Amino acid sequence: MREKNATVFWNGLVKENPTFVLMLGMCPTLAVTTSAINGLGMGLTTTAVLVLSNVIIALLRNIIPNRVRIPAFIVIVASFVTMAELLLEGFIPSLYAALGIYIPLIVVNCIILGRAEAFASKNGVLPSFFDGLGMGLGFTVALTAIGIVRELLGAGELFGVPVINNVLKLISSAVGKSEPVEYVPVSIFVLAPGAFFVLAALTALQNRVKREMQAKGHNADKIQSGCSFDCASCEDSGCAHRFVDVNAPSGSVANVKSSSKDVSP
Amino acid sequence: MENGLDTMFQVSSNPHVRAKDTTSRIMLYVVIALLPATVFGVFNFGFHALLLVIVTVLTTVFAEYIYGRCMKKNITVMDFSAVVTGLLLALNLPPDAPLWIGVIGGAFAIIVVKMLFGGLGQNFMNPALGARCFLLISFTSIMTNFDCDAYTGATPLAAIKAGEGVNVLDMVIGRTAGTIGETSMIAILVGAAFLLVMKVIDLRVPASYLISFILFILLFSGRGLDAEYLVSQLAGGGLMLGAFFMATDYVTRPITAKGQYVFGVFLGIMTGIFRLFGPSAEGVSYAIILGNLLVPLIENFTKPAAFGKKKIRKETSKNE
Repeated sequence: MREKNATVFWNGLVKENPTFVLMLGMCPTLAVTTSAINGLGMGLTTTAVLVLSNVIIALLRNIIPNRVRIPAFIVIVASFVTMAELLLEGFIPSLYAALGIYIPLIVVNCIILGRAEAFASKNGVLPSFFDGLGMGLGFTVALTAIGIVRELLGAGELFGVPVINNVLKLISSAVGKSEPVEYVPVSIFVLAPGAFFVLAALTALQNRVKREMQAKGHNADKIQSGCSFDCASCEDSGCAHRFVDVNAPSGSVANVKSSSKDVSP
Repeated sequence: MENGLDTMFQVSSNPHVRAKDTTSRIMLYVVIALLPATVFGVFNFGFHALLLVIVTVLTTVFAEYIYGRCMKKNITVMDFSAVVTGLLLALNLPPDAPLWIGVIGGAFAIIVVKMLFGGLGQNFMNPALGARCFLLISFTSIMTNFDCDAYTGATPLAAIKAGEGVNVLDMVIGRTAGTIGETSMIAILVGAAFLLVMKVIDLRVPASYLISFILFILLFSGRGLDAEYLVSQLAGGGLMLGAFFMATDYVTRPITAKGQYVFGVFLGIMTGIFRLFGPSAEGVSYAIILGNLLVPLIENFTKPAAFGKKKIRKETSKNE
């Protein structure tokens, strides 16, 4: 049991990282990562909401009727987002001001709804807790990494400290030059296009690392996908009933299953 | 092979008759056509401009070679397209820009805009213009500072925008502030004429671009038929360089003839909008980049119907 929880956690953090692998929650990913601290703040806020909503949804999963599950999930998520928003406004007003509209928008973050739909509504409380934690921390790591690169290139700073200029000053004083060279920030990186550049570069890097890990014999396969891209070879038939009315007269689920069997080799 | 019969009976798929044009030959013609503007720019702005051109071209060529080596792809440096990109980018830089601007721009043009999308023929955006816009957004103060030893003050287009008078003759010859290669209308037209004669480019895109731009200016500037104003709008900024050398880029313009007219008209209208109603005086590069992004859409709508296809399509739609 404990082993399974660890696998679920690791899956969210690395193997199915919501940003670099699942490509979920792109709106906050691209919009708020102008600096490392914003990325970290957004990631941790989302993690808190995700863990709590996953736990509550897992608890209620047998009570919520199938047909109204999405509104029910949203009500649960929205309650936690409201709490998070008020707490941030009260205790970290600077972060609250920096994140702005993107805090209330956590309600419609597809990572949270996606995990509720794909994991929490099908699994027990403890695995759902670890799934939320892993996915949330994976999101946090990704957002912070993007924020660090963008802030470093676009402003020459790291968490608000002008590290590049400090290093240049250090070098020039070591060489014995009186006037240090000033870093000219590449300001496109703190603007919208920079977010796409950095996201693409980091995703490519992540794919490369994973491929090399696989070449060395490590297992980097996804273990617990909510939905893989390829429905024909999908082993997880649990998701099929979501798209079909369970109370429908006869065999629509069976049809889906059998047809998918026919296609797969 | 002795009597030639073997070769006669060999069956190959078409094309059976090939022109002598190769990519490297066409690119070489473009480089030659850009030389008048380059020489004039160096003559106009001095030694630093020459240095900037050399550094930028070397960077693009080197970047293409390094990328090919690192990614274990075919090394495509010898097709001269990197030289064209570097030269075009350098001609779009202010004459007193520091040399590292050329290095960053050249590397961005080749690696990000061109090679990451699959190399020559696959890039969806003109690499030189993509890099210019990257630099313009990143280093706005450096890229819009046209002060140099030869000239101080605003570019003619900025002066027009501010309501000041400009010397039209100087603008046509090119003795004004501006980027290295854009100032001289005459030098650019000489190069463009060479390309037209060698049939490297045709007039579809440039003509529709310039004509629609002129019509737009006539309609919306509110100055009536002011020939001096019109010529200064045509000669000022990167319009000539853009219309003949960048909008006509084989990779990033539509391939259909109808599409090329649509593309040119779109560029003319966008340039007019940017120049007349936008906050900055110049808008050619953004107009062409926007046009590049629309090329797949334009090609889709101007796809020629195959012989006999039209009738069938009509009938099936009736049946439906």
